[in-house]
Amino acid sequence: MLDPQGPIASAERMILLNATTIMLVVVVPVIVLTLAFAWWYRASNTRASYRPNWAYSGRIELVVWSIPAMVVLLLAGVAWTSSHDLDPARELRSDLKSVRIEVVSLDWKWLFIYPDFQVATLNQIVVPAGVPIEFLLTSGNVMNAFWVPQLGSQIYTMPGMTTRLNLLAEHAGDYPGLSANFSGDGFSDMHFVVHAVPVTAFSNWLAGTQGEGMMLGADAYSQLARTGSDVSIKTYGSVEPGLFERIERESIESPADQPEK
Amino acid sequence: MLGKLTWQAIPFNEPLAMAASAMIVAGIIAILGLITRKGWWPYLWREWLTSVDHKRIGIMYVILALVLLLRGFSDAIMMRTQLAMAAGGAPGYLPPEHYDQIFSAHGTIMIFFMAMPFMIGLMNFVVPLQLGVRDVAFPVLNSISFWLTAAGALLVNVSLMVGEFARTGWLAYPPLSELAFSPGVGVDYYLWSLQISGIGTLLAGINMVTTILKVRAPGMTYMRMPVFCWTALCASMLMVAAFPVLTATFGMLLLDRYAGMHFFTNDGGGNFMMYVNLIWIWGHPEVYILVLPAFGVFSEVVSTFSSKQLFGYRSMVLATLAICVLSFMVWLHHFFTMGAGANVNAVFGIASMIIAIPTGVKLFNWLFTLYRGRIRFEVPVLWTIGFMVTFAIGGMTGVLQAVPPADFVLHNSLFLVAHFHNVIIGAVLFGAMAGYYYWFPKAFGFTLHRGLGVVSFWCWFVGFYLAFFPLYAVGLLGMTRRMQHYADLSWQPYMIVAEVGAVVILCGIVATIAQLVISIRTRDSRKDLTGDPWNGRTLEWSTASPPPAYNFALLPRVESLDAFWVTKQRAAANPPEHYPAIEVPRNSANGFLTAFFAVVSGFALIWHIWWLAILGLAGAVMILVAFGWKERIPVDVSAEQLAEDERNRRQGMVPA
Repeated sequence: MLDPQGPIASAERMILLNATTIMLVVVVPVIVLTLAFAWWYRASNTRASYRPNWAYSGRIELVVWSIPAMVVLLLAGVAWTSSHDLDPARELRSDLKSVRIEVVSLDWKWLFIYPDFQVATLNQIVVPAGVPIEFLLTSGNVMNAFWVPQLGSQIYTMPGMTTRLNLLAEHAGDYPGLSANFSGDGFSDMHFVVHAVPVTAFSNWLAGTQGEGMMLGADAYSQLARTGSDVSIKTYGSVEPGLFERIERESIESPADQPEK
Repeated sequence: MLGKLTWQAIPFNEPLAMAASAMIVAGIIAILGLITRKGWWPYLWREWLTSVDHKRIGIMYVILALVLLLRGFSDAIMMRTQLAMAAGGAPGYLPPEHYDQIFSAHGTIMIFFMAMPFMIGLMNFVVPLQLGVRDVAFPVLNSISFWLTAAGALLVNVSLMVGEFARTGWLAYPPLSELAFSPGVGVDYYLWSLQISGIGTLLAGINMVTTILKVRAPGMTYMRMPVFCWTALCASMLMVAAFPVLTATFGMLLLDRYAGMHFFTNDGGGNFMMYVNLIWIWGHPEVYILVLPAFGVFSEVVSTFSSKQLFGYRSMVLATLAICVLSFMVWLHHFFTMGAGANVNAVFGIASMIIAIPTGVKLFNWLFTLYRGRIRFEVPVLWTIGFMVTFAIGGMTGVLQAVPPADFVLHNSLFLVAHFHNVIIGAVLFGAMAGYYYWFPKAFGFTLHRGLGVVSFWCWFVGFYLAFFPLYAVGLLGMTRRMQHYADLSWQPYMIVAEVGAVVILCGIVATIAQLVISIRTRDSRKDLTGDPWNGRTLEWSTASPPPAYNFALLPRVESLDAFWVTKQRAAANPPEHYPAIEVPRNSANGFLTAFFAVVSGFALIWHIWWLAILGLAGAVMILVAFGWKERIPVDVSAEQLAEDERNRRQGMVPA
């Protein structure tokens, strides 16, 4: 969060700082006044004035209603514009064609499918730096939240539903990601890494992966969904077309996942 | 015969759970043994267990809350210890299946069985006294409400010894809480105990709303009610409006789990996001059910100890009502990250911010009550000032998360955890502790030890900052909640500081216990015979401490705000010589027995022991029928008795 590596995360950090500053303008004086009044009007201070029946002042009332109201008005403006600008579903403006990645959260691992390249990965994402990434997300069983703190917004992955998220990594680097929504016993190990690499390296990676190694079809998927916690990194050289849609539609449940009691 | 219940349900192979269970069982046996040996049962049964006196019930609510605070805090310090250890591949000492139960139980217990009973207990004790009346509208119902809450608390704790508790978080989101992913009895313990206590809370709300709307002393118009009564009214209205939603939501999840239905399942057309919406339609008002009475306590404390009328009474009432209404319009801010459109998020974000306006007004009004006051720094004032400082920060981090894109990076992180502890400890718990110390002399006729009260406050205050400010920081670094271990070693120092904070809070809790024990042992020297130890302003201070069962020999006539203060400013009138006789309601075992059967059927339903469940339900219904059938003759307090009580009281007040 404090070390943003993409435009979304930078914008969100800016909002945090702005909103905090706006509020501190009121909060700090309130805290100072509280302590100052409490100190000055202590019972032992004979120099302080005492007005036991003073309980109303129209002017002060006007001020105490309008100060928070004005702060909220300002913040409401921030909230309205930023909600629209930073809507996770909103595509990032760029001259480059975005890379689509379909995300499936499983108990307890992350599956990433590159529908345009017919490859898939487990627990790691390889993306070209500087290119917008368009995520489509769902869950194979229970709800999780997909979050790469240094790149910005998190979003729920929900069985039977698809959410959208657009992010961009500005520079090459490794950015840790994790599940932000509790999903059961193996939840703490549900992390993954985003490898942002230069565009040429990304093409090389694709070329080296496509057609090689394992194939991800419905059977392999069911097997994967069933194995429980899995922190290993895998790549699949080919993916059955339409797998993501099937997962979303059917939310294939996997009874063998269930913890033994 | 016994459904799913077998010997395997007892966690023999988990030494930690067994040790805790053994200690609890031994403690209970020791207490029961002591009561039996001393022959206290008849007294206990007559004066407490079957009492329908709102003051006794209020006290029992608070005792329940304090006991469950210990349980909830044990969970908390276990979690903190686990997280201080489990960094960078270290497993810590709690396996996930155990850790997950602990954080679920911590949240459930602290909200439903600590904060709620504490607030309802204070309302129960104080509101009729402040309104200048003799009891709540429905005294027997009041007893039933309390015992149902206690029944729920008991069931949650039984899960420690028999079976397991939910491993789903304190709100048990499906599909994780559905049978497919949580086949054990944990979620059933969660659901049934909250169903039982939820009915108790609903009944308590109905009772309190009726009392405040219909049972007030002559002349006590709405705009002469103390602010605490207003906040109690609003909190109770929220209970009446919100708890049926919770009951219905849990009812649907129960149907999914027990009858194979598909309200929230992944298949069969279920939609679990409906549960998430419904639970927060209850859950957000719940926050205000807890915090509004605390605001009421602070209003009373600020005004009493500044020896000054509360600033902006009408603004205060208006702000309370505004919060009450707005609290139902913001539930979606708990899940901005579900990917609703920008318009939906923005509208709910702004609605959430709007609540900050009346809340801010309250803060300013307390501030201007201090202004030109004459502040006596008794313990409740320390809690209040501590609250004003802490809550200003907690409110700010809350509004921050109401900005949807900010929430996208704060949601589910430890920042969020720090925020809601900031408001729940900083406002609700501080308020509860202020109220506990403030009204204790009224309840028992002697004051609490001041020094230990001060120690307790500072430990809680410092401990809170140590425990939760590191969580704000580590949340900004990207650490999420409910992790059992984490890989990033740079988070560990924060977790260790938080652990130290938890230990400091533990010192605060020990100080509170020591305070109670020492105060009871030295009660003769700390007697308060005046009934008005703080130079109070409202009617509860105008009667004896502890108040007689009937509260007031003659109902007070109210002519203004701060009725007792105004009376004290005038020359004392001669006491009347004659008092009309009073009827007080007879004791009733209904509450206790209903709760007994509720526990039986709850336990039976959890373990699928159907015959016992039917028996328990039948028992509860029989109690109700018997109650309806029986003619209940109230007990008379004669005019002579009243006159003598009053004479004794006035003699006691004269300094010896």
